[in-house]
Amino acid sequence: MRYLVRRLGHAFFLLAGASVLAFLFTALAPGTYFDEMRLNPQIAPETVAALRAQYGVDKPLPLRYASWLNSVLHGDMGFSFAYNGPVAPLLVVRARNTLLLTITSTLFAWAIALPLGVWSAERLGRLSDRLLSWGTAVLLVIPDLALALGLLIVAVRSGWFPTGGMASVDFETLSPANKLRDLALHMILPVTALVLSTLPLLVRHVRASVADVLDAPFLLAALGHGIPKRTLLYRYALPAAANPLISLFGFSIGVLLSGSLLIEVVMSWPGLGPLLLEAILARDLYVVIGGMLFSTFFLVGGNLFADMLLYWADPRIRAESNAR
Amino acid sequence: MTAILEIHDLHVSYRSSGSELSPALKGVSFRLMPGEIMGVLGESGSGKSTLAGSLVRLLPGNALVTGGTVQFEGKDLLQANPDELQAIRGRHISLIFQEPSLALHPTIRVGEQVRQVLAAHGSRGKRTLNERTRQIFAEIFPEETDRISRSYPHQLSGGQRQRVLIAQAIACGPSVVVADEPTASLDPTTQMEILGVFRRLRERLGLAMIFITHNPALLSDFADHVLVLYAGEVAECGPAESVLGLPRHPYTKALFQSIPAVSGKPGTGRKAKLPVILGDSSRSSLPIRGCCFEPRCTERMEICKEREPSPANLSVSHTVSCFKYES
Amino acid sequence: MKVEATATGKNVHPLLKVENLVKRYTKRSLAGTPEELLALDSVSFTISPGTTLAVVGESGSGKSTLANCLACLESPTSGNIWFEGKDIVKLEERACRQVRRQIQLIFQDPASSLNPRWSAFEVLVEPLILQRKFNREEIKKRVNYWLGRVGLSQDIVGRSPMELSGGQRQRLAIARALTLEPKLLILDEALSALDCSVQAQIANLLMELQGSLGMTYLFITHDLAMAAHFADEIAVMDRGRIVEQGPPNKIFIQPEQETTRRLLAAVPRIGRGDQSALER
Repeated sequence: MRYLVRRLGHAFFLLAGASVLAFLFTALAPGTYFDEMRLNPQIAPETVAALRAQYGVDKPLPLRYASWLNSVLHGDMGFSFAYNGPVAPLLVVRARNTLLLTITSTLFAWAIALPLGVWSAERLGRLSDRLLSWGTAVLLVIPDLALALGLLIVAVRSGWFPTGGMASVDFETLSPANKLRDLALHMILPVTALVLSTLPLLVRHVRASVADVLDAPFLLAALGHGIPKRTLLYRYALPAAANPLISLFGFSIGVLLSGSLLIEVVMSWPGLGPLLLEAILARDLYVVIGGMLFSTFFLVGGNLFADMLLYWADPRIRAESNAR
Repeated sequence: MTAILEIHDLHVSYRSSGSELSPALKGVSFRLMPGEIMGVLGESGSGKSTLAGSLVRLLPGNALVTGGTVQFEGKDLLQANPDELQAIRGRHISLIFQEPSLALHPTIRVGEQVRQVLAAHGSRGKRTLNERTRQIFAEIFPEETDRISRSYPHQLSGGQRQRVLIAQAIACGPSVVVADEPTASLDPTTQMEILGVFRRLRERLGLAMIFITHNPALLSDFADHVLVLYAGEVAECGPAESVLGLPRHPYTKALFQSIPAVSGKPGTGRKAKLPVILGDSSRSSLPIRGCCFEPRCTERMEICKEREPSPANLSVSHTVSCFKYES
Repeated sequence: MKVEATATGKNVHPLLKVENLVKRYTKRSLAGTPEELLALDSVSFTISPGTTLAVVGESGSGKSTLANCLACLESPTSGNIWFEGKDIVKLEERACRQVRRQIQLIFQDPASSLNPRWSAFEVLVEPLILQRKFNREEIKKRVNYWLGRVGLSQDIVGRSPMELSGGQRQRLAIARALTLEPKLLILDEALSALDCSVQAQIANLLMELQGSLGMTYLFITHDLAMAAHFADEIAVMDRGRIVEQGPPNKIFIQPEQETTRRLLAAVPRIGRGDQSALER
């Protein structure tokens, strides 16, 4: 219990600090939305001044931060200058799209990496293992951009997959079953790109952790008791190798919102990534801060989740943290 | 009575990097009778752990069995296929590893680890498994059975962990238990307790045991037969009273002499130099020809450098591999 | 109980004097109520220079905690440790480091106390380099000297500790301790993990070093037989307290306490009837 409370406290402080930093960096960055307007000769300077006063752009920083924090806690994340509407609903929709992509690809990636890594660790050093290592090394080296572009080329050339976006033009007119099929078709390429880019690291980590454990005396002892191979691998070796993998999993969760930015932009997936990119270029303050907060929330939450998982999975950590 | 386990001329080597073969066991033979405790006395480098592993074919990847047979219930274990081995390990022949803190899975409760052994050999219902696990725990841990069964290895003491290993070994009622230095990391009182557990189990279950240790004192009042292993060969093998009471082989004699006895008599050479066996038994100091103990032997003769001694019979069951006793 | 005179008859100032040493550990359980563990309960003894005090006891009796406190690896909760007349408990960091050099600790498992990635030479050289007092020539000379002194041949310098046998590793650990020319060597179950014949070799080495260098030893063990052979004085510990203390003859012929009797009874002996054939 004490452990849980401590970790929650850490998380809270991290979030608060992140919000301050996010606000500061964005507010202190040179230029505001209104600078662009000022340069536009068609807009009268009085209008600009009035708008500036309305949005309170000239008030001192701490005041702006305080009022902003107050609103956020009430669910109001500010106003987007570029989209001319409240930030919160905008972020939520985009975040949902991103999560759709990333959760699917994370699940696939882990579902492939675990058995592959275990299989490879079992055959450590042999030809099949080395071929796999070579394969993952190649994948690791190829930049995500190249992967995404490569897949797009495949889409264009073969015509099997849509070349971007999340929905076809006639999405609204489709039946529910067809809507699902349409969505799935659009998701295939970005998910593939994401899986291919995250898979090699996962496989290598699983392989390394399990290989480490396969040498352990307790595994040999279990073999000596006649425990069958399958049980040995999945109920003895994998749990023992779990600790570093749990931390990695926490990290996977942490980057659910932020890890897919490149792919989203390249494949025109309407997620958080492209939104943030536009907002940064347009100096759309509150969108940027809101987006950063969302991402930080996930990162901190992911780590917290990993800590909790570790605590639950390894009794030695429970004993250690209670002894302190 | 037929022997339950018969090892004949076992040769095991290790392949080191560079494809060199270094022999670990060179022609070990002995027989284990049902219900008998055979003590294997060996120091590091003698090949005792290799012997333990080769009985159930649980050797490191670079080990190579280059000859001999291990007959168990009419079958040569060295020729068995993996499925047959998996059925025998833990069910008919159990191995108790060294270092109980390392031989138990760190994040599985010990009760569950024993239950897994039961589950691996014979599909019984969940209730039967739990019942049987409880029975075994009650036998090994007469007090605090439930608490210990639910504990994790790191919550138990060294002696308790050793007992869990024993519980795992006897869970399926094997006929042979091979224990590799089961008391090495324990203090003397706990050592005595564990020996007591083994004795009780032998009486109640009629187990045959191979008890491997480097401390000869543990075998007195415990083992029926003692086999002395030196540099992968059997130096001496016979009834415990003979070997421990009146050792013949120069190595055995020198080994016993280097152990200080608790005499308590004043002026018995306390703080005097202990008689030691000069040199060591590392691979590099073994002679290429002749008796492997010859460089360190105080009673060596010319012939010891030329040929290797073969086991000479001192009596029906007592053999010594030394030229001093060859007729 | 305190012991003044020693078997050697010299009535000199004790090298080490421990007075009412207490070490308490507090553990907080899940519920929040703190549990207290009294590892050392007012321990007092002295060791005269050039002698050996053996501390025997079962696991959990506090022997290792005692060793750690004396070697300044842990600080006691209360009590005094007088080393060569100075109270080392109250020293600040810099002076404490000086003292640590004089009191060296040899562990049971040299495999875990010697860095496996270093060669034997690097293991020996490290403490000398850290002292920053010697140049390379000096260091090499010292290393070679101590290697020979503990009976290791020159060709092991290039090897990693993992490639050495148990006995060789312990000799290496002893050589490393000796390069700092300590006055007190604490051997925490240093022989327990070794084979019987190797134990005899290392014990002989230690006794020879004591004779020629005047080393003082605190020998922690649960092997009573070795303690009896090796020590001038034996202290029996049980649950953090010294329950009995005296020369080996007295302890073994007339044990007073239950703990001592239990430890004696647990010593395994070879050859039930034929003891005379094995006694010298």
